[in-house]
Amino acid sequence: MNEMNEVRKPPVATTGIIGWLRINLFFNWTNSLITLFVIYCLYQFIPWILDWTIFSADFKYNYLGEQITNQEMCSRNLDPENGGACWAVIYVRFYQFIYGFYPKVEVWRVNVAYAMLALALLPLLYAKLPYRKYFLYFTYIFPVIAYFLLNGGLGFTEVSTNKWGGLLVTLVLGCTGIALAFPIGIMLALGRRSKLPVISMICTLFIEFIRGVPLITLLFFGMVMLPLFLPEGIDMDGLVRVLVAVTLFQSAYMAEVIRGGLQAIPPGQYEAAKSLGMSYWRMNLLIILPQAIRISIPPIVNTSIGLFKDTTLVIIVGILDLLGIGRGTLADTNWLGLSYEIYFFVSLVFFIFTFGMSRYSLYLEKKLKTGINMGAD
Amino acid sequence: MSEESIISLKNVNKWFGDFHVLQDVNLEVKKKERIVVCGPSGSGKSTMIRCINRLEEHQEGSIVVDGIELTGNLKNIDNVRKEVGMVFQQFNLFPHLSVKENITLAPIWVKKMPKAEAEELAMRQLEIVKIPEQANKYPGQLSGGQQQRVAIARSLAMNPNIMLFDEPTSALDPEMIKEVLDVMVDLANGGMTMIVVTHEMGFAKTVADRMVFMDEGKIVEEASPDKFFNNPESDRTKLFLSQILHQ
Repeated sequence: MNEMNEVRKPPVATTGIIGWLRINLFFNWTNSLITLFVIYCLYQFIPWILDWTIFSADFKYNYLGEQITNQEMCSRNLDPENGGACWAVIYVRFYQFIYGFYPKVEVWRVNVAYAMLALALLPLLYAKLPYRKYFLYFTYIFPVIAYFLLNGGLGFTEVSTNKWGGLLVTLVLGCTGIALAFPIGIMLALGRRSKLPVISMICTLFIEFIRGVPLITLLFFGMVMLPLFLPEGIDMDGLVRVLVAVTLFQSAYMAEVIRGGLQAIPPGQYEAAKSLGMSYWRMNLLIILPQAIRISIPPIVNTSIGLFKDTTLVIIVGILDLLGIGRGTLADTNWLGLSYEIYFFVSLVFFIFTFGMSRYSLYLEKKLKTGINMGAD
Repeated sequence: MSEESIISLKNVNKWFGDFHVLQDVNLEVKKKERIVVCGPSGSGKSTMIRCINRLEEHQEGSIVVDGIELTGNLKNIDNVRKEVGMVFQQFNLFPHLSVKENITLAPIWVKKMPKAEAEELAMRQLEIVKIPEQANKYPGQLSGGQQQRVAIARSLAMNPNIMLFDEPTSALDPEMIKEVLDVMVDLANGGMTMIVVTHEMGFAKTVADRMVFMDEGKIVEEASPDKFFNNPESDRTKLFLSQILHQ
């Protein structure tokens, strides 16, 4: 009888670290062999990559202590036995990677814009930010400020966009593309589901056309054809043309993603909203879209990450984004042969941004899930 | 009869594709009258009440609610929907909003009520349906019976003259049916005009002023509960009642 009252603990080997190891890494013979093999590979690889990227790498000076100004001075080119990555190329060309050919005198404007971008993202990233409402107002007007700041006007000297480059172009294209495509995508998605045949047909045609064409084609289209549609004498900026193409492309994808979310909303939600006397727009803004967008967060972030990386395609219409600057540097005789370093650096920068976006989406999903059970009714 | 009718359906016809779901339906409902509609599934009873607030469009005949005729005119539809509340079989609460927000949403956005006033109203409605303590929970955290009572409170917050109930207890576990029916009985005793589609015959007997029996898109029989249950005219009604009462 006493045994009934004793609290029985689970077997030792199934809990804690040992339990975890047993279940996940050493569950049976095959499993254990694979684990040991992977550990061996990591043992071989990790020291090598750490040595190449950090311990034997040149950052500013080579192993002789000279400041590196071209690839011949890299340790590994002076002595193949000695030296890993030659990061000096990034150090020397850092300005170009981050700002392109933006005039040095005016570069503070880009820095201010970068700082403002961080500030504008803050209320989106932290829902519990004090005075979030006022930060959000700033987020809404940030694009206008950034335009004048970067481009000039309102007392600032004009800096033509062909001087922009590097991370600046990547961020301008990525952020504008994503931010504009979101509302346009919502409108297209609603339009495609509209009961009015004309609206639905226009939206469907638009989406299908844009989705059916490669982004590169759209970029060429923007560069070559767009000016033909504009009235005589109005010259559209090259970057703006590319931006139009990128935004159209992204909004078509965004529309389909959001349409998927809309389709998951049960008809009862529409009926309940209508029976309470809500108009079409109120119903969509207050009831349908908040739920549909919530469902679509993973694919929305997925396409956004896709776009952020696809901005590198602008290189083919002669705009130098981060990757473009990298390739430009490689073509410089001073830095020939440093493709590992340059591509590694470019990849790392892209990875930091896209990984950040991916983590943000997980955070959003977790936050919005609190207390909501979509399946319950 | 028609001079005090608040709802009047005249020769209403509706088709789903080729399926003739409502066939010459005529129904007059007086102010404060409680109508219970029953019939086998597929008989068009849900479709009929959904036509009354235009969740479904009728194709022939006329539907007049509180003096407003339902046509393609969007303004009329909005006005009718402000008069008519509806409770659904599946509750259809908004899962992304708390119970309180579910109730305040329409008063704030449709009636332009100040937020504080709407919240006060929401709490009053939750008192009426006897779950004020659930105000800050989300629908997914409530039982079916509680959710349905929130749905009733949400409808009542718009201060409708007419309430439509579309099988409000059919999706509930048996032990939760009573708590919802109790709220509906209170509402009926308070003088609300109600049309209730339900198979809860006990509820029908206590509350209904008039029973409406539908089959195959037609109103087969309309009678007082007393006559309907004890001495129905049509054979179809008799068969239905024998099936529903002898389980």
